[in-house]
Amino acid sequence: MNGKQLLETLELKTVCGSVESFDGVYAGDLLSRAMSHVEADNLWITIMNNMNVIAVASLTEAAAVLLAEGVELVPEALEAAKEKDICVLSSDKTVYELCAGIAAMLN
Amino acid sequence: MHEPVKFHFNVDGENFSSAGEASVMVKKKLRQLGFPPDVMRRVSIAMYEGEINMVIHADGGSADVTVEDEYIEIVLADKGPGIPNIDLAMQEGYSTARDNIRALGFGAGMGLPNMKKYTDYMHIDTEVGVGTTITMRVNI
Ligand SMILES: Nc1ncnc2c1ncn2[C@@H]1O[C@H](COP(=O)(O)OP(=O)(O)OP(=O)(O)O)[C@@H](O)[C@H]1O
Ligand SMILES: [Mg+2]
Repeated sequence: MNGKQLLETLELKTVCGSVESFDGVYAGDLLSRAMSHVEADNLWITIMNNMNVIAVASLTEAAAVLLAEGVELVPEALEAAKEKDICVLSSDKTVYELCAGIAAMLN
Repeated sequence: MHEPVKFHFNVDGENFSSAGEASVMVKKKLRQLGFPPDVMRRVSIAMYEGEINMVIHADGGSADVTVEDEYIEIVLADKGPGIPNIDLAMQEGYSTARDNIRALGFGAGMGLPNMKKYTDYMHIDTEVGVGTTITMRVNI
């Protein structure tokens, strides 16, 4: 899916970086589950906001991290995301609303 | 004949938030060496989980990665509390992580099962009160 279309349709904010496109979505907060389920180029939707999220996003090569429910990255995580060139998006919507919105776009 | 490529890291036990750095570094090196995505992914997952475990359960340790001709070997050694019951620890969902650690997103009890799942060989050598050494290999 096209990144620009995603941002516009779901009214997402860009925290840092940019996302051209993504392929597949994983939603979840437990890091060792995300570690094994987030595939390269996935959009990862989570409410976790610490440094470890950036490490997992980097290792899994996620296309972007989408922070739900108005969550903000802790400052050091934001620094790390910028440094590692990881795209972080955010939204006030819940994880469910975001997933449902993306599913609707795919249909 | 050429010497195997080796990497050594000291894993800091104090800092939960920067945990995972050795794994990120190894992935970068493997990419430079031209390994396929699948191999990088499996090494990353296994090493990340082991590295995090040393930080949250064992107050840090060391990580050694060796690129051999047929496999990549990861050895994680710590002087932590040891694992009293390996079979129990290997079960999906089993975790002794405390609440402050869970709040960071750890404690699903999936780390050791992931390490097993994504590697071709895994051996745990542990003694209560002495420490734990985990050896894993991913075939190239
Ligand atoms: N290096 C270690 N030293 C001592 N105990 C360990 C070590 N690694 C794992 N354990 C024990 O094994 C349990 C299971 O580990 P595992 O990695 O599967 O889950 P977790 O670390 O608790 O949670 P998760 O990895 O899903 O975030 C841990 O809760 C801990 O009790
Ligand atoms: Mg673990």
